[in-house]
Amino acid sequence: MNFSRLFAVFRKELRQLARDRLTFGMIIGIPTLQLLMFGFAINLDVRHLPAAVLDDADTWRSRELIAELASSQVLDFRYHVTVPQQIEELMRGGRISAAVVIPGDFENRLEQRDRPAWQVVVDGSDQSVQSAARQLGSFPLASLDYGSAALRPGALAPQAVEIVNFYNPERRAPINTVPGLIGVILTMTMVIFTAMAIVRERERGNMEMLIATPLSSAELTLGKVLPYIGIGLIQVTLILILGDLVFGVPIRGSLFAVYVSSLAYIGATLALGILISTLAKTQFQAMQMAFFLFLPQILLSGFMFPFDGMPVPAQWLAEVFPLTHFLRLIRGVMLRGAGLGELWQELAALALFIGVVLTIAVRRFRKRLD
Amino acid sequence: MNARDPSRVVPTDDAVIIARGLTKRFGDFTAVDHLDLTVRRAEVYGFLGPNGCGKSTTIRMLCGLLTPSEGTASVLGNELPRDAEAVKRRIGYMTQKFSLYEDLTVTENLEFLAALHGRTGASARTRINELFARYHLGELRGRSAGALSGGQKQRLALAGAVLHEPELLLLDEPTSAVDPQSRRDFWDALFDLAEAGTTLLVSTHYMDEAERCHRLAILDRGRLVADGTPRDLMAALPGTTLHVEHAEPRRLQQILARQPHVFGVAQIGASLRVLTDRREDGVDWLQAILHEAGVTALIQPTPANLEDVFVAATRPSVVRDS
Repeated sequence: MNFSRLFAVFRKELRQLARDRLTFGMIIGIPTLQLLMFGFAINLDVRHLPAAVLDDADTWRSRELIAELASSQVLDFRYHVTVPQQIEELMRGGRISAAVVIPGDFENRLEQRDRPAWQVVVDGSDQSVQSAARQLGSFPLASLDYGSAALRPGALAPQAVEIVNFYNPERRAPINTVPGLIGVILTMTMVIFTAMAIVRERERGNMEMLIATPLSSAELTLGKVLPYIGIGLIQVTLILILGDLVFGVPIRGSLFAVYVSSLAYIGATLALGILISTLAKTQFQAMQMAFFLFLPQILLSGFMFPFDGMPVPAQWLAEVFPLTHFLRLIRGVMLRGAGLGELWQELAALALFIGVVLTIAVRRFRKRLD
Repeated sequence: MNARDPSRVVPTDDAVIIARGLTKRFGDFTAVDHLDLTVRRAEVYGFLGPNGCGKSTTIRMLCGLLTPSEGTASVLGNELPRDAEAVKRRIGYMTQKFSLYEDLTVTENLEFLAALHGRTGASARTRINELFARYHLGELRGRSAGALSGGQKQRLALAGAVLHEPELLLLDEPTSAVDPQSRRDFWDALFDLAEAGTTLLVSTHYMDEAERCHRLAILDRGRLVADGTPRDLMAALPGTTLHVEHAEPRRLQQILARQPHVFGVAQIGASLRVLTDRREDGVDWLQAILHEAGVTALIQPTPANLEDVFVAATRPSVVRDS
């Protein structure tokens, strides 16, 4: 790796970018348009939400309630906790989306019917979870109907259960959408830009001249891709500013964590772009391949449809996509105020993705024409 | 015909390119077929051949851009493809299609190339100014490469290819997009380089350019069909060239084109140029044929030119003396 050659490519690429008005327009235009378009809700139902349960009552009725909730398949009780703080910790780390809290005076509350007898705590940073919770609220639970046959069934549930919405009390869609949109916009633009930038050299015949020089493939690839890291960060900043100004989307975690997450994801998209560039012969092909990878990511990552509602094989597939991990990261940081330490698995997944994809790309990239 | 002048055989340590049995296949298609080639230091070596004869593929193999399917090639003492990277440091390659950046200026393109070859700062500036002067690019320095004319682009491409003072320069049809005056100037520039010790391998499909080379290889469908100095090649032509004058050259051409011993008939103005494999008795033979067809024409032997050599060498059923 020779840094003056690397820098020469980097500077050349910046100069070309500065003169390419179309690309420049896309860098600013795509995020702005997308943000405004997607700023509106996407709303669907879920099942198998990872959940925790805190049963302070521990009576036969409370146990029956839990069993019934579990059999409803909406909640998947993975943790039994003893103090409310644990719920908060688990939720902040993204390990649960909901929690059922049954207070010690559960039996009393059921008899008195003056206060909600139990509580569902939901992760408001995920829109799909909110709607699932609403579903729970109106769920006909046999165990709670016990001894209350005289009451109208419809009146029972809202009184019996209280839904507490963490992180997004007003249930505003843009709050859920905007952080995810950072990922979607980066996927869309970064993969296409990098793949096309490298393929363009080949399509316009510059590659033939370049590979006849001492320039190494690593220097060429890195030099070409580095400017796009900067562009990615500009886009992230633009979305954050617009998200705040237009939709009032908060950043509850540290800005540092937001940028570290974004940087990791930009790395993943660039790696993907480089891989595509080794496969595509023309810019058009590169665009098609980028799109081919873009759609399943959008559909399966949890951006558009609830992750927990997908069939298990689809979830496995989604775990391969970097966008899935980035969504968990950025929602955790921006909406739940989580730190990077709590979400280290997602960062590790992105790092692994970058490593694997870059290795494949470098092996495929030959400094030859055949 | 492989006309080699024994007096010109030079020790192999003076050879810059040695290729033996060089072959390149793309699937079922053989682009270059067992090519033997020796190019010596400071000579201008021409590759003459029709489009698709394997000129570009051979040049790309010699630059290390393509891996040979078979055979060996040694360039500047480095074995290909193993030492391709070492070769790339010492050669210059001018691609057939303009391959610098059209959206960068002349200066920016040269600065970029200089940096790729490890020249930065003052040494790069000095060299670039030298090139500006030599290739008349100074006034164009701020112009973007895409806005240059064909001849200007070609000068820029040449400047880029020789920026790092390569020992060997490979040029793939460098003059295909420029006017005659630019072509002449360009060839002067090539001879300047050769005089300074650079070895040049130039592919072309122009006869006049081929004629200017020190030595020459004629390629046809991937095979080397003739090589030697232009003069030797013309002297060794396996046939005779006849100049035929007649009032109706088109009709005469139709008659002659059907004859078995005729390689080619070309109309030059009002007369015909006939290439035949009858060596000694060419004039009498043609006279007899025309007489049979009831035509009388003025027939004169005329010196062979490189086009005759080319036509004879690339003829499918040619009988070659070896």
